[in-house]
Amino acid sequence: MKYTEEHEWLRVEGDYVVVGITEHAATQLGDVVFVELPELETQVASGDEVVVIESVKAASDILAPVDGEIVEVNDELASNPGLVNEDPTGRAWFFKLRVEDLSVLDQFMDEDEYADLIG
Amino acid sequence: MDLQRLPLHDLHVELGGRMVPFAGWEMPVQYEGVMAEHLHTRKAAGLFDVSHMGQVLLRPRTDMAALAAEFEALMPVSVAALAEGRQRYGLLTNEQGGIRDDLMFANRGDHLHVVVNAGCKEADIAHLTAHLGDQVHPVTDRALLALQGPLAEDALARLVPAVMAMRFMDVITADTIYGPLWISRSGYTGEDGFEISVPFGGANGLARALLAMEEVAPIGLGARDSLRLEAGLCLYGHDIDETTSPVEAGLTWAIQKSRRTGGFAGDTRILAELADGPARVRVGLLPEGRAPMREGVALFAEDGTPVGTVTSGGFGPTVGAPVAMGYVAAGHTAIGTRLFGEVRGKRLPVSVAAMPFVPASYKR
Repeated sequence: MKYTEEHEWLRVEGDYVVVGITEHAATQLGDVVFVELPELETQVASGDEVVVIESVKAASDILAPVDGEIVEVNDELASNPGLVNEDPTGRAWFFKLRVEDLSVLDQFMDEDEYADLIG
Repeated sequence: MDLQRLPLHDLHVELGGRMVPFAGWEMPVQYEGVMAEHLHTRKAAGLFDVSHMGQVLLRPRTDMAALAAEFEALMPVSVAALAEGRQRYGLLTNEQGGIRDDLMFANRGDHLHVVVNAGCKEADIAHLTAHLGDQVHPVTDRALLALQGPLAEDALARLVPAVMAMRFMDVITADTIYGPLWISRSGYTGEDGFEISVPFGGANGLARALLAMEEVAPIGLGARDSLRLEAGLCLYGHDIDETTSPVEAGLTWAIQKSRRTGGFAGDTRILAELADGPARVRVGLLPEGRAPMREGVALFAEDGTPVGTVTSGGFGPTVGAPVAMGYVAAGHTAIGTRLFGEVRGKRLPVSVAAMPFVPASYKR
């Protein structure tokens, strides 16, 4: 698993990159009550706002970590946004991206580096 | 700007409160989590530290009637008719009929006890002093706690049995081991409950005694906000401000019949709006989907005409869905009117709805 400075986790699954947020981010957000997912087959560029997460108090964005195409979204979050708090690194993934070259993930932090970041 | 610390700051940190800046204070926004704290308050009892709010005593130079008359020149609210031992909601207005602040004031026999919003406190004290002079005495040695929820009476009665006899908006003084408590049966959550002004020296002991009770949990600013939103209550600086009038804000219930002849700041506009209706009105809003509509969301009629703006919005944990309130042009305010709120570029359906979203459970 890789990690971004925006507290996303990235997991390679076949040819795709699965994206979610870390336990740390989920705790900071508080109770998630709504998740707005991207359209399938959207081409996204690194840094694009792809997902909106609404907690009881505020809205936050999830950014595309790398360029790619949205090939799948987690529809379960539409009916059960609380999954983001219950199982952020498991069932509460947000979307899968098809990327040209998976080696772009090398730029991101590994588990230990991320643990250092959140101290 | 340096943040002020609450008298109970150490207790909040000890309880795991996440401290954030608010109105110049370092305040606990949540402990266990906004959702859990909200639901706990609706089901049992929540303890809120609202010591950041301003407490002011108005002590008459001559007699209470003269003080009431002077205070009434600043508010479209009857002070003279407020009985001893009772509290009332009030509104300081400006010359343009806008709202300087909303407040609670209590008749405590030989003086009035006024509680004002944290963000307006300094301006209010200056405004009151400009008109009432040396009758204005800011309270600087007392904390303010709110105990809210259906089990608030059970909890507080263990320490102060006299609260069982209080009705909504009654005020008493109770001599306790925590010092003389000024207790009102009121709050800002839509629940039955109490606000307790306690001397600094007794605040920690009182808070710990209440928190030691099974039904009482500490509640942060986050849940305070979602509770007051579900209760349809205005948040100063958001739902009401210097530009909104009490009539637009739907606060005409706070303007007693005896004051509808004028004699207060901004009476020209307020009386005209009472007679002819205002151009815009604060309404409740229920978004049809799950996406919350928050402050600033623009509202449109079905034909695309802009008709208003959301002033408070979020997710209502008790309602189990998004709730909001905002200002809508006259003609679009009927309950059930379908409007559209623009959220991130998309126009999502929303209906004008009756408030409160959760029925109040005051003990009248």
